[in-house]
Amino acid sequence: MYGFLMRRLAATIPVLGMVALFVFLLLRMTPGDPAAVLAGDNGTPQQIAEIRETLGLNKPIPVQLGIWFSNLLQGDLGQSYFFKKDVTELILLRVEPTVALAITTLVITVLIAVPIGVIAAYRHGTWLDRCVMGFSVLGFSVPVFVVGYILIYLFAMQFKMFPVQGYKELADGFFPFIHRLILPSITLSVIYIALIARITRASVLEVLGEDYIRTAHAKGLPNRVVLLRHALRNAAVPIVTVIGIGVALLISGVVVTESVYNIPGLGRLTVDAVLGRDYPTIQAVILVFSGVYVLINFLIDLTYSFLDPRIRY
Amino acid sequence: MSDLSDLRQETAGLVDAAASADAAARKLSVWRRLARNQSVVIGGAAMAVMLLVAIMAPFLGTMDPAEINPAWRNKVPGTELTGTAADGSQGWVYRMGTDTLGRDTYSRVIYGTRVSLIVGLSVAGLSIAIGLVVGMVSGYVRWLDGIIMRVMDGLMAIPGILLAIALVSLSSAGLDTVILAITIPEMPRVVRLVRSIVLSIREEPYVEAAISVGTRLPLLLIRHVLPNTVAPLIVMGTYIVASAILVEAILSFLGVGIPPEIPTWGNIMAEGRLLFRIFPHNILFPGLFLAVTVLAVNMLGDGLRDTLDPRLEKRM
Amino acid sequence: MRSNLPIGLAAGAALVAGAVMSAPASADQTLRVVMHSDLKIVDPIWTTAYMSRNYGYMVYDTLFAMDANTDVHPQMVESYEVSADKLTYTFTLRPGLAWHDGSPVTSADVIPSIQRWGSKDSMGQKLMEFVADMQAVDDRTFKMVLKEPYGLVTMSLAKPSSNVPFIMPASVAATPSSEQISEYIGSGPFVFDVENWKPGDTVLFTRNDNYQPRSESPSWASGGKVVKVEAVEWLSVKDHQTAVNSLIEGEIDYIESPPNDLLPLLEGDENVALKVINPLGAQFMFRLNHLHPPFDNVKIRRAALASINQKDFMQATIGDPAYYKECAAMFICGSALATDAGADIVLKSDFELSKQLLEEAGYDGTPIVIMQSTDVNVLNNLGPVAKANLEKGGFVTDLQAMDWQTLVARRAKREHPSEGGWNVFMTSWTAADILNPIMAAGFNAGCDSAWFGWPCDEKMEGLRDAFARETDAAKQKEIAEQIQIRAMEVVTHAHGGQWYRPVAYRSDRLDGVLDGPVSYFWNISKK
Repeated sequence: MYGFLMRRLAATIPVLGMVALFVFLLLRMTPGDPAAVLAGDNGTPQQIAEIRETLGLNKPIPVQLGIWFSNLLQGDLGQSYFFKKDVTELILLRVEPTVALAITTLVITVLIAVPIGVIAAYRHGTWLDRCVMGFSVLGFSVPVFVVGYILIYLFAMQFKMFPVQGYKELADGFFPFIHRLILPSITLSVIYIALIARITRASVLEVLGEDYIRTAHAKGLPNRVVLLRHALRNAAVPIVTVIGIGVALLISGVVVTESVYNIPGLGRLTVDAVLGRDYPTIQAVILVFSGVYVLINFLIDLTYSFLDPRIRY
Repeated sequence: MSDLSDLRQETAGLVDAAASADAAARKLSVWRRLARNQSVVIGGAAMAVMLLVAIMAPFLGTMDPAEINPAWRNKVPGTELTGTAADGSQGWVYRMGTDTLGRDTYSRVIYGTRVSLIVGLSVAGLSIAIGLVVGMVSGYVRWLDGIIMRVMDGLMAIPGILLAIALVSLSSAGLDTVILAITIPEMPRVVRLVRSIVLSIREEPYVEAAISVGTRLPLLLIRHVLPNTVAPLIVMGTYIVASAILVEAILSFLGVGIPPEIPTWGNIMAEGRLLFRIFPHNILFPGLFLAVTVLAVNMLGDGLRDTLDPRLEKRM
Repeated sequence: MRSNLPIGLAAGAALVAGAVMSAPASADQTLRVVMHSDLKIVDPIWTTAYMSRNYGYMVYDTLFAMDANTDVHPQMVESYEVSADKLTYTFTLRPGLAWHDGSPVTSADVIPSIQRWGSKDSMGQKLMEFVADMQAVDDRTFKMVLKEPYGLVTMSLAKPSSNVPFIMPASVAATPSSEQISEYIGSGPFVFDVENWKPGDTVLFTRNDNYQPRSESPSWASGGKVVKVEAVEWLSVKDHQTAVNSLIEGEIDYIESPPNDLLPLLEGDENVALKVINPLGAQFMFRLNHLHPPFDNVKIRRAALASINQKDFMQATIGDPAYYKECAAMFICGSALATDAGADIVLKSDFELSKQLLEEAGYDGTPIVIMQSTDVNVLNNLGPVAKANLEKGGFVTDLQAMDWQTLVARRAKREHPSEGGWNVFMTSWTAADILNPIMAAGFNAGCDSAWFGWPCDEKMEGLRDAFARETDAAKQKEIAEQIQIRAMEVVTHAHGGQWYRPVAYRSDRLDGVLDGPVSYFWNISKK
């Protein structure tokens, strides 16, 4: 087990190295010029040339790469071109909203998706099942920003149940914090609910056909107990897998959701940085996202062995 | 977003391990089985309609979708154009209203069908073509396998949408750039699928036999490997089509999509979103077309998987 | 550092104590504002970005300021004298000016501030060409000695928009103009709360309780800057519709730049007021690249000029005629130098004339690369309109869409359009930036030193130089007229129409919103 852990961890290093190299080269080939952006809308050609020099953007690309990599190895992600602040600091400022959004989304998803998935499996073939399956396909088919606008229109503007936009830190109190997170989380969870309801239904359905479930029924255990204790537990592995792979999906969704709801998280930091050509920030954020992705999938692998004792490393 | 196609496939097979117990149906020919599958029939029919709309766009009562008319901007659906339209006809009715440049939303949505389908189909075609070649090489040429798979792992670790955003700003925004930018994050999944098929097949006795009698590699690949990839790749392809159409819409939403001159459902919505509260038609109509199409593709994909390859998930 | 350090410390301590006592600012007395963009760079001299300029007006003060009639008034300056030979200007600062740390503002701060601005800003550079020497006479008095008479000394120091000659502490102003400053102390009516700055999200300013405003009533940036709220918070909201919704819901108090197409939503709300605070508005600019064919040929440039017209541009971007005006004056209708001379060609399209000119010039059908930005709301629609009109006038076009940041980078490229260069792009200038041919970058025809597009015309440069030297207002106006005629002859650029965008605010809560080319946050009170 320990050896496996070490090997898995070691395997992530070349992956992250590849990501770093790839992103660096990609940015250096893009046509945008951060110096022109920094100089402002009325900046003169002379001002732009001056800024390029200050930022070291006129150095050859291999030299720039070398500098960045050696700083990276020392844990220095660089300084944002715009804010004159360390990228690490900028990222830390943005972690809370994104993590909060991701967690509430996961909670909402699991609370809704798993029960409807189980019910759909249990009532396999009925109209209820069809509804759940229909919703799950529909959930994949509507873009997240359309969902966002419809929810804002209905629940913030027509029924005035939630604020239109914004974010309040947890430190400002739990109610304002959660009140502003509900709509964005629902928006983001639609696609997730679709996925997880579907896979829950499928896994439970598969498990329900197994012999030991029939045995459980034969023993006279109530349906509820059979479902919860046996079926769901055995269906947990694929569900967890999907949550894991879905992290990447969540990241994409976060980028869009944060801009619809004006949440100052990592997603918006990324889009702003890309549009502003803030190279150090883009590089760092993509690296962080990729790292999170790799890490979560690593953790998921570990979870397997807890959920399903048959899996051993 | 590209991970969507991956997930869809992963989850899908499970459904049907249970559902496809119908042994009698298994004996029917593939075509008969397809014709009996509701998802395939409904999804396929809807797709066929969309394809027809795309091909017939000029004959469906449309005008030039790029024709601007500043005096007739932001009109609600059903507004009648007084005076002469661009093509000289009288009494033009803006069935779906106009956008902020006075372009006819109906024409844009209809022509947008073309572009969205081109994006979807090209991305699927390209990523499968590249993925097939790279995956087979990776599965057969052992010493390349490690390198290729590390590169693919790296590509997969970058969230697809971020990768696409960065790639689109790589060169000037255009249809080809967007197709490429969506293809690159989709492709590693095809590579992994093909590689896993190759790896499982090379252990089969008949393949070992073929190798031992000295069958050359290209022949081996074409004769034994390719046929085994057809079913899973068709299924995966449909999911990629759905995901690519959605990703295109999101890229447009974020301002890095196909230039607005070429109408796509994505950029019609992106341009319309500013005025969503006053003129929801620019979001609702393309949104409806988009949802129906993606729904149709997804249903088709599910149906194909059920019939062609119910055990797909075991190969992922 | 300064002679009266103990006093400075005491005042600083008092300030800190005051801040602690008044904190937490009651929610009611914080003005919540959505600006047109996000504050990125906190050095208004280093960049011309409008957000940095707006930041500058909060934190810093200026020697002179312009009023609503574009007349110049002293602001930090109490009085000034000009010698009879018009070569020596002597300025005296108001008493009681102080930095946010409590230390006084002296001549020793002012001179390096002017120098830093003068090395960066185009109008400042022009001024510096004429300045022989600047010296402090005492703490509150300093002299500016010119090589020869210059007509725009106080006008330059009152420059209302980017780059504004803000006065900074000597140690800060000593930062080379190529580097960003890293200390945020000013003497303006607000204090930048750097501790609570969340880049990309919120910027917080608190009232400078020690600020001593002038006694005159405020007009634009001139007159008394009396702060009537405790704090101002700038929130970055990317999505315009979200911002508008928040204003209607009362979550924010003020939107600096609501898109014109969204105004109907706000017009219906009784709690929201729309006010055009910038009566001169802004002007679209149609800029051609003089370096490459076909626009290296003046006849073809004239043909382009004949093809376009202001009304189409404004109809497609602004829509409501209440918020735009067809205007032949390049120096802005309603300003001191406004004239129609030689410029009515921009008012309507003459496609026949365009085709005729193209034929005479032997235009070979080279496609015109038009750069269209797709993420700056008011500019998005200009490209397609330009394309449609140029095509009707006989041009072949290649409309290329890109985000604004890519456009900004690409317009600086001098390469041929097929190798990453360009032929045409469109942008917009706030009127306060283009009120005369020295500050308006578009008229610079100094070849390599000109603004992007690089027009090259000796006659134009001669006229601009004459304008700068002229000290008589009536004669200045005559020269400006000739400059406008020349600009249309050689087609340095074309003006695409004058447009206005109101600010939107909660009229049930706010009072005293000032007019001006920039949103000022003094004088506003909150109920």
